[in-house]
Order: sequence, then structure tokens, then C-alpha cells
Amino acid sequence: MIQLEDVTKVYRMGKVEVRALYGVDLTIDDGELVAIMGPSGSGKTTLMNILGCLDIPTSGRYLLDGTDVSRLSDNRLAKIRSRKIGFVFQSFNLVPRTSAVRNVELPLVYAGVRARRNAARLALEQVGLGDRQKHMPNELSGGQQQRVAIARALINDPALLLADEPTGNLDTASSGEILTLLGGLNDAGRTVVIITHEEEVALLAKRVVRMRDGRIVSDQVQRNRMEVTA
Amino acid sequence: MNLREALRIALRGLRANRLRSVLTMLGIIIGVSSVILLVAIGNGVQSSVNEKIQPLANLITIVPSVGNVPGGAAPKDLIDADVAALQDLGLSHHITAVIPATTGKALTETDAFRFRATVVGSTDRWLEVNNQDMAAGSFFDEAQFRSTARVVVLGPSVASYLFGTDPVAALSHTVRINRQTFRVIGVLQSVGEPGDSVAVMPLNTARRYIFGGGDKVNQIIVQATEAAAVPTAEDEVIRTLSERHRIKDSANRDFEVQSLRSRLDTFNQILRILTLFTAAVAAISLFVGAIGVLNIMLVSVTERTREIGIRKAIGATRRAILEQFLIESLVLAGLGGLVGILVGIGLSVLGAAVAPAFGPTFATFAPVVTIPSVVISFGISLAIGLIAGGYPANRAARLRPIEALRFQ
Ligand SMILES: Nc1ncnc2c1ncn2[C@@H]1O[C@H](COP(=O)(O)OP(=O)(O)OP(=O)(O)O)[C@@H](O)[C@H]1O
Ligand SMILES: [Mg+2]
Repeated sequence: MIQLEDVTKVYRMGKVEVRALYGVDLTIDDGELVAIMGPSGSGKTTLMNILGCLDIPTSGRYLLDGTDVSRLSDNRLAKIRSRKIGFVFQSFNLVPRTSAVRNVELPLVYAGVRARRNAARLALEQVGLGDRQKHMPNELSGGQQQRVAIARALINDPALLLADEPTGNLDTASSGEILTLLGGLNDAGRTVVIITHEEEVALLAKRVVRMRDGRIVSDQVQRNRMEVTA
Repeated sequence: MNLREALRIALRGLRANRLRSVLTMLGIIIGVSSVILLVAIGNGVQSSVNEKIQPLANLITIVPSVGNVPGGAAPKDLIDADVAALQDLGLSHHITAVIPATTGKALTETDAFRFRATVVGSTDRWLEVNNQDMAAGSFFDEAQFRSTARVVVLGPSVASYLFGTDPVAALSHTVRINRQTFRVIGVLQSVGEPGDSVAVMPLNTARRYIFGGGDKVNQIIVQATEAAAVPTAEDEVIRTLSERHRIKDSANRDFEVQSLRSRLDTFNQILRILTLFTAAVAAISLFVGAIGVLNIMLVSVTERTREIGIRKAIGATRRAILEQFLIESLVLAGLGGLVGILVGIGLSVLGAAVAPAFGPTFATFAPVVTIPSVVISFGISLAIGLIAGGYPANRAARLRPIEALRFQ
């Protein structure tokens, strides 16, 4: 379970302070599928970085499964990312010059798991890329790269999957595939948080959180949720 | 994550940038191999010179001083009695032989050819004391020495000039020296000029037929038991001769005592400095190589900032990133060091193989690769890897994941 209590984030750039989050309170239960929406610069990515333990809040508390992670050291945060969180980025962020299967394996390497190759193959098959294991990132289409990224996010079996505009760089068809995958993962019991600009993407979420200028301005549970079809 | 994984990731990183990795290693390779080669050459020169000089390093040569001491007594010549006095010293533990020699230039001729040789009159131990060998025939023996036999042993230059290049051709022929006839009984092996232009005969033979009578000698050669005994032997020689010549003040000495030992020591000292100096020059190229590694690692970290961010996002700890980059640079430097050692040894072996082609002076010359130079230069390359990699690796490891991910 995720609990943000009065979380603020201030970026300091020399003498100038940029306030990205103003007192955000947010609770997300296990197994939820949440879409976070809002105009550019409203603090969505900042929020996701904090949720994903890539960054710590300037003030406020962040309880992840009951433990306060807002003041943890670099190393502890890395361990939490390794164990509990999977990321999918808008720009895919695969490690360059490293084959699909090796990219998928990496989280296991850092988690200290020895038997990896099979798990990585399975994960790739799960996202429909069983036949692209040895391909380098630059030999894959955008949609395929994003699917590799999803496989990589899944390999550690994380409870929380964070996706920052996962379809932002993809055409409609690929977007559909990616959203189906993410939806399926949520159905399997994972907490999924998707940041998006597109209303259609938000439609598949059970809950939509809207942000503006670093604040949450609305938080609704959708009744007429759309079932996504590939 | 264990070390094996870190090593794998690092190796993959290096392989992904093969050309750059090789170029980086090149700096280290050149540095290490030149350190090893230059030190080896220095050692080679030292040992080949020592090899040539060492057998003569225990010799002390006494010659009369040239010129008068102003206001002093007339200088005395070195004479047979001086030799005898020194030979009596032979009872001491420091001296193994004392031989006199008279020398002078004289025309040596056959019916067809003539050659100005240095005639040496000495004892039958001349050959052994000077550490020389025969190319053909034999040296005169004690009986010939005592009987003032009219025999001569020619240096190789004299022999080949008068009788042709085959030393055996000279044997049993006669030569005229100063219009007197001598039988050639042997030819010496070459030791280089001027030693090759000699004609050696028994002392009294030379006196009677060439230099005229008297008991003067130009030279007394004292052989000490070993090079280390030379200073003591020198003292004994000086004391004995000073007593015989009634010299109280060393400034008034009418003879000079020379030995190779001190010159050899000086030479070795100079050579050691030279070797150190060349090694220092080579070390500079190693230093340049180190800067190359540092440069590459810095570029590599900057270039891969985003990759570092990704790795951190998916669970890499600081330590994992540190290890990755540190191992990369250690592998670069270590591999460069190993190849450099092999190249250095290879060049040294090659040098030994081709040295004789540069003439007889280099015949015995061979670079000597020493273990310390190998160990030290490998240690230095590893240290380079550690330092040149450590700083950028540390910088990479400390990068905040979000900042690294935002890097374009
Ligand atoms: N590292 C940073 N340093 C300084 N300011 C930052 C930094 N990251 C974000 N900001 C600022 O914080 C605010 C929120 O940024 P954020 O990236 O969270 O917006 P966003 O909602 O994700 O926008 P977009 O939809 O365009 O991705 C912006 O005004 C941005 O300029
Ligand atoms: Mg954003």
C-alpha cells in the first residue's frame, strides 16, 4: 500500500527554487490501477519519481507498505527499487548495445539472482517477443522496445508498476498492445500507476487522479471503465 | 551482485567499445613495454661490459711516472728487483701473480709484408694474467722464458697481416723483428685493438734482441686474488715500492698504480643513473597512458550517464555501478600492462637475437629483463587503473538516478 502524506518537492537550481509538488496526499491500495493526468509541468513525473523511490520528498512522509521510505539512504532505496518496483518510461530506457534478453535479466543481476536466463526468456515470451531475444534495442521498433521494458519491469515480480507516459512515443496500434499488457498485469493483482496525457488511456483505469501546478485537483473512481482490446 | 557479474558487465562494456578500449590500452602497452625494454637494455649493457671487464678487474698495473718531481730526487726506473720484491709479497693472501713487461713499437716483417707491432717482453704467465686465449699454436713456456728462446706469439692482426687470415698459417714460420729472426709459435685470439697488434716474447729475449739490455721494465702487472682484494693489494704494492724507492711523501712517488676496478665502479654508477633516467623517460609515457585511461573513463561515464540512471532505476546500488566502472578501467589497465610486459619481453628477446648483426662489439650483448621491472610496471598499470578509474567510477556511482535519467 502507498501512502503519501503532505508531500512537497522543491528543486533548487542555484538561488531559484522550483516547487514541483505542494502538499500532496494520496493513498493507493494494493491491486489498484490508477491513471495520473494533468498538463505538462504539473508534477506528474516528480510524483512518480517519489513513488518509485528514485527521489525523496523535500518534506512530508511516504509510507510504502507501512515503512517510511522518505528519508532512506541511496542504497536502501536501490534495494527497494530492486525488490518492489518496476518502471516503464516514455523513452523506453533500455540499456544500449545490450540484447533484449540481457536487458530483461538486469534487474535479476542487481537483485543477486543466479538463475536468470529462463526467467528472462519467459518474460519476453509473456510480452510476445519470444523471437527477439538476441536483438539489440536499436534493432527493435518502439513498441517492441517498450514491451522489452515491460518484461524488464516484470522480471522481479514487483508489487508496484510505474509507467510514465508509456505510450507517449508510440502509434495507436502499439499503444493498444502496451495498454493491454499493463491492464493484464493489473488483473493479475499488481498495483499499476500510469501517467498519461491521453484521455483514452485514462479510460481504462479504475481511478483517475488529476494534477495541476503540483497539487491533486481531483481524484475519481470511474464507473464506466472501458475494457481495452488489442 | 557478486564480482563475477560485475566483471561480466564490465567486459561487455569494453567489448561494446572495442576500438576505444584498444586505443586506451595502447597507451599503457607502450608505456609498460618501454619501461621494461629500456631497463633491460641498461642491464644488458651493464652485464656485457662487466663480463668483458670483470676478468681484468683484479689487475693492478704499475708504470713509472713520467717527468720529474721539481726539486725532488731523480725518479727511479722500475727494475727487475722491484718485480722480485713484489713477487715476494706473493706470500700474502691478496696477490696471485706479479709479472713484468717491457713494451715498444718495432717493425715486424716477412719477405713479403711488414707491420708495425707492439713488442711485449714478459713471462710465460702473461697469457693467463691477461685472461687471453690462443687461436693457434701455444704460448711460450717457462723453459723458453728462462732460456731466452727466440720465439714470438703474434696478435691476430699481426698474424693476418703477415700470413693471411688463417692463424694456423703463421705457425712455424719466422718473422724478422728489428732485423732479428724469431720463430712464430702461436697466435692470440682477438680481444680488439690495440691488443691485437702485439708480438709477445720472453722478457729477456726482447731485451737482448730488440730493446737492448738492462733490467728496466715498463710495466708491472699484479694480479689480485679477486676484484675486491684490489684495494688491499694496491696498498701493499705501494708500500713495498715506496720503501724500495725511498719515498716518504706520496706526492713524490715515481710510479703510478692503476686498476680497472675503480673505473668499473664509476662506469657502473654512471650506467645505473642512465638506466634510471631512461626508465624515468619511459615512465613518463606510462604517465601519459594513465591520463589516457582517465580521459577515456571520464568520457565513458559522461557518455553513459543515462545508462547509469537506467541501471540505478532497475535496482543497481552505488557499489554495483562503482564496481562496473572500476573493473572496466582495471581490466583496461591490467590487460594493457600484461600485453605491455609481453611486448617488452618480446622486444628484449628480439634485441638479443639481432644484436650480433651489429658487429662483434654487440656479440655478447643481450637485454636482461628483470623480475622487479616486470612486477613494478604491472603494479603501476594496476594502480593507474585503480586511480584513473576510481575517480570517474565514484562520480558515476554518486549520480542521482533522476538526474542521470534526465541526462540527454
Ligand atoms: N530536476 C529538476 N530541476 C528543476 N526543476 C525541475 C526538475 N524536474 C522537474 N522540475 C520542474 O518541476 C515541475 C514539474 O515537473 P514534472 O516533470 O513533474 O512535470 P510533468 O507533469 O511530468 O510534465 P510533463 O507532462 O511535461 O512530463 C516543472 O515545472 C519542472 O520544470
Ligand atoms: Mg513528465
